[in-house]
Amino acid sequence: MSKKPVQKGNEVETTGHSWDGIEEYNNPLPKWWVYIFYACIVWAIGYSVAYPAWPGLKEATPGLIGFSTRGNVAADIAEQQEKLGPINAKLEAAELTAITSNPELNAYAVSAGAAVFKTWCAQCHGSGAAGAVGYPNLLDNDWLWGGDVEAIHATVSHGIRNEDDDDARFSDMPAFGDDYLEAEEIDSVVNYVMTLSGQAPNDAALVEAGAEVFEAECSACHAEDGTGDRAQGAPNLTDAIWLYGGDYATIKETVTFSRSGVMPPWSAEASEAGRLTEAQIRAVAVYVHQLGGGE
Amino acid sequence: MLNYIKLIALALVTLFALIAANYARDLAYLVHAILVAVIAGGLFIYTLRGTGTKKVAPQDEYLDSVVRVGVILTAFWAVVGFLVGVTIAYQLAFPQLNFEWAQGYLNFGRLRPLHTSAVIFAFGGTGLITTSFYVVQRTSAARLWGGNLAWFVFWGYQLFILLAATGYVLGATQSKEYAEPEWYVDWWLTIVWVSYLAVYLGTIMKRKEPHIYVANWFYLSFIVTVAMLHVVNNLSIPVSIFGSKSVQVFAGVQDAMTQWWYGHNAVGFFLTAGFLGMMYYFIPKQAERPVFSYKLSIIHFWALIFIYIWAGPHHLHYTALPDWASTLGMVFSIVLWMPSWGGMINGLMTLSGAWDKLRTDPIIRMMVISVGFYGMSTFEGPMMSIRAVNSLSHYTDWTIGHVHSGALGWNGMITFGALYYLVPVLWKRERLYSLSMVSWHFWLATIGIVLYAASMWVTGIMEGLMWREVDANGFLVNAFADTVAAKFPMYVVRATGGLLYLGGAIIMAYNLYMTVRKAPAKEPLATAVPAE
Repeated sequence: MSKKPVQKGNEVETTGHSWDGIEEYNNPLPKWWVYIFYACIVWAIGYSVAYPAWPGLKEATPGLIGFSTRGNVAADIAEQQEKLGPINAKLEAAELTAITSNPELNAYAVSAGAAVFKTWCAQCHGSGAAGAVGYPNLLDNDWLWGGDVEAIHATVSHGIRNEDDDDARFSDMPAFGDDYLEAEEIDSVVNYVMTLSGQAPNDAALVEAGAEVFEAECSACHAEDGTGDRAQGAPNLTDAIWLYGGDYATIKETVTFSRSGVMPPWSAEASEAGRLTEAQIRAVAVYVHQLGGGE
Repeated sequence: MLNYIKLIALALVTLFALIAANYARDLAYLVHAILVAVIAGGLFIYTLRGTGTKKVAPQDEYLDSVVRVGVILTAFWAVVGFLVGVTIAYQLAFPQLNFEWAQGYLNFGRLRPLHTSAVIFAFGGTGLITTSFYVVQRTSAARLWGGNLAWFVFWGYQLFILLAATGYVLGATQSKEYAEPEWYVDWWLTIVWVSYLAVYLGTIMKRKEPHIYVANWFYLSFIVTVAMLHVVNNLSIPVSIFGSKSVQVFAGVQDAMTQWWYGHNAVGFFLTAGFLGMMYYFIPKQAERPVFSYKLSIIHFWALIFIYIWAGPHHLHYTALPDWASTLGMVFSIVLWMPSWGGMINGLMTLSGAWDKLRTDPIIRMMVISVGFYGMSTFEGPMMSIRAVNSLSHYTDWTIGHVHSGALGWNGMITFGALYYLVPVLWKRERLYSLSMVSWHFWLATIGIVLYAASMWVTGIMEGLMWREVDANGFLVNAFADTVAAKFPMYVVRATGGLLYLGGAIIMAYNLYMTVRKAPAKEPLATAVPAE
């Protein structure tokens, strides 16, 4: 601090100017302020010598200690790959069906799969994998395309109804509102479908007619008893699990316009981006399998 | 004669705006063209009716009418800006408030730039223009230069705010933070800003005082630098002269660097230098004490404006930006610490010898806490610019907490102090309507800021730690959505803090209104103090 106590204003002179009544004391710079300012400058010079800092015409000074953020990332990735390389290789080499019975591989796959899931899958399926409207719940034992590790692995690798992967799982329910069925027929079949899962129909009088429509138009995929067909990705209509909703209005919308949810392919071969390695896909398949509904 | 030129110009603007409206390629452009046509047409009629009557403004008085309108609109924009802020804070805590019927207009994405622009440019900018017009006249002992040009600057700036705000809601944005308005709004602001510079410089040049007061250095650096930042960062090519969309001239990391050179110095020169100008006038005035140190004001002014301009790259640590630029941004940010604190020292030490006023004068209390928050933010900023700290804090709510302790604490409080000082002076009242209301405002705002900043520190550091948390194999532990869910309670606290702050501002607006309406008039001085 300045030697002269500022509080006693009389001891410090003002500069002699006055603007609209405002004057200024001629106090010196506070010493601590000056010293910290100098210290910061000295530190700044030292730091900018040690680290990449000053740009030249072609490139910047690299700094004395060889610091590089890109280098750090590359080193971190290399270290991680070296650490996990062997077990990833083992995971890729193992029989898909044998992974869960190998405690070491299983434990690793679950922890690695959880990270993959939280990074890439949680956006649609939820971070707890409970799904959302249009995005299947992965915790239950109702599977559209099969729930063993191999089936999940295939679904993750190739995705569903996408145009990037020829092996994508594909099913195509017709939009029955497009001149397939009359409005009354749709109405009746919706009422019938409601009864399949034990719900009270919207209009009981239409159920019988709906059953006929169902047998003629729907049973080829959803089976005569409505339990669906996994080979075609046709959902089971007799349980209380609905991808889009099981109420009258939603089923009617589904029958009229059809549904066609899409899941991207994640395997390196399927997409140019090559988002996940085989080991990651296997890991996430095992992770999803053990969530509760795996077969 | 001038009137006829004005009439021709207004008629042409109206005509062109109507043609533009006819060919408009998007809704925002259409609405803006109609708005401009209506305003220009209205002004045409107004000017036409006034033609022939001679109105001569008295040249021996300060131009205070524009300052009075500015004070009213500053208080108005404060309430509007804070209200939108509270709304989006609650939208973040309760996403259901993004109502289905308002999608595409009033959802978080549209309202967020509305909030930032309303507080920074509408509330802060109007406050800066208003106080700078007042301060430059008083400290230069001269009427504003340029006749009615000051009015053009003022209303032109309000039109800019109107175009920007309506543009956001209707979806016209160039997606650059704090520089969202599209090309024609940028052009308009450039015209207004150059006029602002002309009025300001003109007034300083015809000053009666031998020296330029320190507040004016800060205001001037704010005006000059913002002009440069605005023009460079908004270099873009319109897709069509009849549409709002434009394409940036810079691309990739160059664009990012230009943007954060702008963004950081918008903080540096708009929210720091400009408001230091405010501080340097209103604190010594309210405290009735001389400024602590002339020398410090010189040194910290030049150090601040020289160093601030290089600190932008710290917004882009760990991105595509080359390491050297990132290092320089960090180094300059840390050297900036003491120059920033120079303003705090000068503000606080000016009060030495008048500390007793803290007990009796809630306005002084407001100014002191404002300078306190300024000091805290200008320490926190350099600290967050350190790469290692930034790797934790970047993209988290810590940043939001940091800006708001600066914006609510420093910019808000010093502006409130200035408004409380100005209203009795400008409307010639003996005193404010109610000092206890000022106290209420002070405490509501202070508690609001504390709730806001503390909750954002907690959630910011928490989410930073959750994002980097890995298990023994090096795998991520948390999904992004997990961190969002974990933040919920703090989001409610933050919104509540904002609500308190808004409540304080509403009390202020009422108090100021009642001061004009009800407070006892000041006895006119026997001899008026003329400017010239």
